[in-house]
Amino acid sequence: MAQELFAPSTLIFSAILLAAFSGTPLLFSSARHAARAQLLSVILMILSSVSGVAGAVAFLINGHSTLFEISWSLPFGPVQLGVDSLSAWFLLPIFGITGCAALYARSYWHADHHPATVRPMTFFFGVMTASMGGVVLARDAISFLFAWEIMALAAFFLVSTENEKPEVREAGTLYMITTHTGTLGLFALFPLLHLLTGSWLFPPPLTLTASPGIPSVVFLAALFAFGLKAGIMPFHIWLPSAHANAPSHVSAAMSGVILKIGVYGLIRTLSFFHGVPLWWGGTVLLLGVVSGVIGVAFAIGQHDLKRLLAYHSIENIGIIFMGVGVALLGQTVGSEPMMLLGMAGALLHVINHALFKALLFLGAGSVIHATGTREIDLLGGVGKNLPLTALLFGIGSVAICGLPPLNGFVSELCIYLGLFHGIQGEGGGAVAVALAIPPLALIGALAVACFVKVYGIIFLGAPRSANHYGQHEAGWQMLVPMLLLGGGCLAIGLAPAGIAGLLQQVSRSVLPEVVGQAGVLLSRLVPLTALSATAVLLLTLSAVLWWWYRRLISGHSGSAPTWGCGYQRPVPRMQYTASSFAEMLIGLFAFALMPERHRTGNMKGLFPGPARLTSHVPEAVLERLYIPALQELYRRFSPIRKMQSGILQQYVLYSLITLIVLLAASYF
Amino acid sequence: MMNCIIHITLALVMPPLLLGVIGKTKAAFAGRVGAPFLQPYFDIYRLLRKGTVFSTTTSWVFRAGPIVALSTTAVAALLVPFGAHPSPISFNGDMILYAYLFALGRFFTMAAALDTGSSFEGMGSAREATYSCLAEPTLFFALITLSRLSSSTTLTGMLSNVSGGAWLYAGASLLLLVGGMFIVLLSENCRIPFDDPNTHLELTMIHEVMVLDHSGPAFALIQYGASMKLFVLGAFFIQLALPFATGNPLADWGVFICSMLLLAIVIGVVESVMARLRLVRVPQLLVAATILAAFSTLLVIR
Repeated sequence: MAQELFAPSTLIFSAILLAAFSGTPLLFSSARHAARAQLLSVILMILSSVSGVAGAVAFLINGHSTLFEISWSLPFGPVQLGVDSLSAWFLLPIFGITGCAALYARSYWHADHHPATVRPMTFFFGVMTASMGGVVLARDAISFLFAWEIMALAAFFLVSTENEKPEVREAGTLYMITTHTGTLGLFALFPLLHLLTGSWLFPPPLTLTASPGIPSVVFLAALFAFGLKAGIMPFHIWLPSAHANAPSHVSAAMSGVILKIGVYGLIRTLSFFHGVPLWWGGTVLLLGVVSGVIGVAFAIGQHDLKRLLAYHSIENIGIIFMGVGVALLGQTVGSEPMMLLGMAGALLHVINHALFKALLFLGAGSVIHATGTREIDLLGGVGKNLPLTALLFGIGSVAICGLPPLNGFVSELCIYLGLFHGIQGEGGGAVAVALAIPPLALIGALAVACFVKVYGIIFLGAPRSANHYGQHEAGWQMLVPMLLLGGGCLAIGLAPAGIAGLLQQVSRSVLPEVVGQAGVLLSRLVPLTALSATAVLLLTLSAVLWWWYRRLISGHSGSAPTWGCGYQRPVPRMQYTASSFAEMLIGLFAFALMPERHRTGNMKGLFPGPARLTSHVPEAVLERLYIPALQELYRRFSPIRKMQSGILQQYVLYSLITLIVLLAASYF
Repeated sequence: MMNCIIHITLALVMPPLLLGVIGKTKAAFAGRVGAPFLQPYFDIYRLLRKGTVFSTTTSWVFRAGPIVALSTTAVAALLVPFGAHPSPISFNGDMILYAYLFALGRFFTMAAALDTGSSFEGMGSAREATYSCLAEPTLFFALITLSRLSSSTTLTGMLSNVSGGAWLYAGASLLLLVGGMFIVLLSENCRIPFDDPNTHLELTMIHEVMVLDHSGPAFALIQYGASMKLFVLGAFFIQLALPFATGNPLADWGVFICSMLLLAIVIGVVESVMARLRLVRVPQLLVAATILAAFSTLLVIR
């Protein structure tokens, strides 16, 4: 009995139920008891998180794929829910990150300070968590779509939490439109799968042949629908404004987890097929490269902290897609190391990105909480009063750049090694992977530039404005989740060998076997122990040097203001700003970013008058591509708009006419 | 074991000598006697005994900058083979770690520069960030070419494969690489024509501007770290350009030391005969290096 109670699937399903109902205490509480009800909600979410993560880990260690069928008399057949390795792997960030974010919200979005918005926010946060769990457990098209839609709608309500602000409403609307465009892709995807298999249930892995024709259309539909959810370029347009305008812990959950649901959908769909052609892998790899490079280039141009982090999500999704692309190319050329390294790199980066991006968004939340702005150029020297936040944000920054000794490096190394295995081959696959390696290096270097900018401008130096210097360190409810996430980054970075077995098992579950190469071990392909050893060596060496340096300077050090370049009265405003730091790089990428500059005033003569210069990197893809195209469409189709009367009866009539036409059509 | 000890000793002791040789070469071109070969050692020793002044705006990041820069370079020194001898630490993918260790050092150097709150150092930091972005793809194109030629994914495997035979077999490709990597070597080590390591009072400076506020022992660590970076990147380049091996372990160490000194002389000659480039020209040259390296990759991958 006890065994039954603590079975992995029981834990996972109870986690979903706990999350789904976590917001209800707050819904029915009076204003006086709202804070206590919020505490109860947070406790429920943490319980859900612990139970979900425990269930997923227990399943990964010694679970057997389980399938539950609900014999439902729906027109589309039975509902199937199941747990397998891939689901369990994605359940880890779903429950891990949302638990952290829920605890953070207790202090960041306290019921006493946000009485009007805390109820819907807490409720929909729980619903979103539960529905994400539902998406990865669904094994048939209908329950998948149900969970998917609930997730999308809950996220919409979360994004528009502060809906009194016009930019929030705009972000919410854009998100709503794009997410439903993505759902249209799913409406294409599932009937096509139904054509292939004759059932609404998901086919078992590797049972479909990736021949030209319908499978190719399935692939493209999946790429569109799931790529849109994941925020891959050029379908990323909803992402920057949605992540920037949601409350920070919601951004953490959206960026850390919801994007990964898109990745999950793509990997799940791809796992149905075997014998994939070269162009599948090539397309995914190319999308990854474009997303990575252009995403990080856009990030460098941003001066809104959360918008910048959102663009980095696009970059990291690009890296994940590159890993998936390598795995697909490996299937085409029949290279087990490529498949394993690419898929393991992508899956590990899913977890890694969830950890450090959630950490960074929560850190950004603490900065916003303390300073009241997310404008990077107004901040400065925030680390003085928020030392712990600064340290944790620093860990997140090093991790997201993919630098050793933290976790980002491990997953990028897997992808790099997969690519390097690929170049030993012949033909188009080798050329494709060879041309993907330097962009990955460029992404890394640009990310370093961007995060030096973010970290240096916000946390270091002197405060740039008197109103935004950061008065107080974040409370423990905000620091503990960040500590957990930062600890996760360190743990995976220092001891990656600990998860190699699980990672290999999950990767294998979605990959076909190559004849004669089946026994390749991930731990043989990636030098995980050597990586830990060099990481320890690096840290020891730094510590010894630090100790020696402290001894050398003790008693011999003084302090003075920074040299002011010869000015008599240097002021903090003279410091380099984020915009000036990024100026050269934006110039190099001007062809893609299309930065805007506005200059007013007269700077001529011996005594020039006052002048102003503003620069801005807009969302070029949205503003230069989609909006003009949509306006053109709008103009062309305006005659048809007469059908849209806004009268309900008329729409019911339309439905009736459609049904009659369909009925008539079926007889001919 | 013996080779390992020699490797570590060389990596720790020899780097400042390269700076001395470069200085002497430049002096010879200018018709001066120049400072002694060992002058950089004296400089570092003198700085280590000095006191230090910290800006009041700085935090721990400023103090960590030089330390991380030096320790990352030191670990990278263990990954690269010196001459015909394999490196002490070698594993699949160590070339990625090699490149990313420098990136980690750069992260902290640039952050330390921003920590002073000086626009001067911010400027240097922004330039360093920009130019390293342009140099990084070149290094990786080189790694692809070498990896493809040697079917190996370790630095030792890739570099020990380069030999007279490889030059006969893939000479054009290696020649392009040598050109591209020499440009990267100069730019990453802040040498003329990209940067002038001797002055920091001009607005076109990069690296020396970033470390302007460091003094005393911190500056000694920076100087030493910079010379070690030259040594470690130089060792990579030397194995590409002058892949001589005698077969005798001791003679091979001699060949390696001579090659490194020769490299220092060549850098000294380049610094003597060239002027520093205008800032707008720097990205163009770096992109040219990337294109050279990309050509070499295309030649071997086809």
